[in-house]
Amino acid sequence: MTTLQPPAAAEPRPAPPPAKRDRRSWTGWGFIGPFVAVFALVFLAPIAYSIYLSLFRDQLIGGNHFVGLDNYSQALKDDQFWQAVARVGLFLAIQVPIMLGIALLVALALDSGRLYGKSFFRITIFLPYAVPAVVATLMWGFMYGTKYGLVGDINEAFGTSLPDLLSPDWVLASIGNIVTWEFVGYNMLIFYSALRVIPTSLYEAAEIDGAGQWRIISSIKLPAIRGAIVIATIFSIIGSFQLFNEPNILRPLARNAITTDYTPNFYTYSLSFNGQQHNYSATVAIIMGVITMIVAYAVQLRGMRKGA
Amino acid sequence: MSTSVAAPPAKSASPLRTPRKKHTPGKPKRSLLLTGLMALMVLYTVAPLIWLVINSTKTQAGLGSSNGLWFAHDFALWDNIRTTFTYHDGIFVRWLLNTLLYVVLGAGGATLLAVLGGYALAKFDFPGKRGIFAVVIGAVAVPGTALAVPTFLMFSKMGLTDTPWAVIIPSLVSPFGLYLMWVFAAEAIPTELLEAARMDGANEVRTFFQVALPLLAPGIVTVLLFTTVATWNNYFLPLIMLKDPNWYPLTLGLSAWNSQAETIGGDVIFNLVITGSLITIIPLIAAFLFLQKYWQSGLAAGSVKE
Repeated sequence: MTTLQPPAAAEPRPAPPPAKRDRRSWTGWGFIGPFVAVFALVFLAPIAYSIYLSLFRDQLIGGNHFVGLDNYSQALKDDQFWQAVARVGLFLAIQVPIMLGIALLVALALDSGRLYGKSFFRITIFLPYAVPAVVATLMWGFMYGTKYGLVGDINEAFGTSLPDLLSPDWVLASIGNIVTWEFVGYNMLIFYSALRVIPTSLYEAAEIDGAGQWRIISSIKLPAIRGAIVIATIFSIIGSFQLFNEPNILRPLARNAITTDYTPNFYTYSLSFNGQQHNYSATVAIIMGVITMIVAYAVQLRGMRKGA
Repeated sequence: MSTSVAAPPAKSASPLRTPRKKHTPGKPKRSLLLTGLMALMVLYTVAPLIWLVINSTKTQAGLGSSNGLWFAHDFALWDNIRTTFTYHDGIFVRWLLNTLLYVVLGAGGATLLAVLGGYALAKFDFPGKRGIFAVVIGAVAVPGTALAVPTFLMFSKMGLTDTPWAVIIPSLVSPFGLYLMWVFAAEAIPTELLEAARMDGANEVRTFFQVALPLLAPGIVTVLLFTTVATWNNYFLPLIMLKDPNWYPLTLGLSAWNSQAETIGGDVIFNLVITGSLITIIPLIAAFLFLQKYWQSGLAAGSVKE
């Protein structure tokens, strides 16, 4: 996705100019029109509407009226909001590197040709991607339980006292484990597909020069899939900032550990659907969207510059 | 593809340079250690799934009294499945049908739109083309959940909330699908072939259906599978859009059953939550396994352009 232009289909034909002029027409719109129409309805219109909402405030007296950037200055001073941002920031800083690191190691192992039963590993590790977040969270949530769950069984069997993974101290790590479980395989597949298209001749050349496996990984494989790594990082960052499903589904099991402002998205959801504060909720969502885009953009710039 | 390999490739006809079909230089030795490490990874991956299978054979009472990693004395899987489908007048069947409806219309529609759009981006030059893609890629960075509240309010004004349309319409757009189809179409359809068809007098619609579409098949399977997963597993969108349990998809229904234990006097039905979860994941896992060849080749084409 780093190069937005697909290669022009090779056609250095004798008479390209007329053909080209011919095709610069509105015909393409007939094909892309439906996508654009729905896209405008479900992406562009809500964004515009959200910005509009964020400039108003519903008041008991006077109803809905224009308040300019008041909602924004309120959000910037909102401790609840920033605590939620800090929480997903911490989550992101720890969970994303672990998940992508494991995914990369698995992809490199698969690509190395040193495994028995390679395709079995590839498909099995990818499978959790097909499991809905709801089911993944329910399964892990049950397993985390100290009373009925696996943790309880282990404590009983070995006389250990493993901590309550659903307690306030541990629940963020527990969520991190669920998210890692869900997406390691997906990221692995992205890395693996990128590794497969590296031309074989590069490895042969390197081997003749006496490069070992590690040298091949660090000098050929990693640089070649840098684009894929950047993309996976950006998607993971967006995912972390959007964290909602897992904490929301885990909440019945860990009610005192997961509050309704646990993540920024949880906070906007609660503001809107429990507090009827649609305008403020829209404002918080916009700020979060902007933060996400800034971080994603910074990562992309850094990722593309490194070693280039 | 930048590399920093020290010396230029030697062009000697060394015995090493035997033709190989895969890029496994020197046919590396298989490693038991590495395979063992991967087995640990597989264990981590399948442990919850095994747990799910084992525990779907237990009664509600058995869940509490037995070890989570082994079967209880009574084998209640068939009973659980029956109860899951009949509990509360068979609401689970309704959820299953809803999910199928959302997948057929949502994921099917999303795939159709992505195929048409990707084909247009790959094979036509039209005003606004660059702009469209920049906007679509930019929109991917906007958190979907940030759009949810305004989308809900908009749909609510249009009278669409609490109807299937509220779930289906937003599912129709898959920027990832559009990107994948674009890259795939650029590669899979030779422009000469399209021009030949036009020269023979086929109109654009006919050219698309008879020439382009068959060539796009692996890409379509890939996009269809990924949009199906997205729709089948969708939770947040239905959560905000739907109040009426009769329109719930499986994901929302299961989480409702799960939180039912919290409500005072609520029926505790964790055995049904677990069995229902198992029933929910089986179709998708089966689809991934059966269609493996197609979607993996489709994805690989997508990664060429990294």
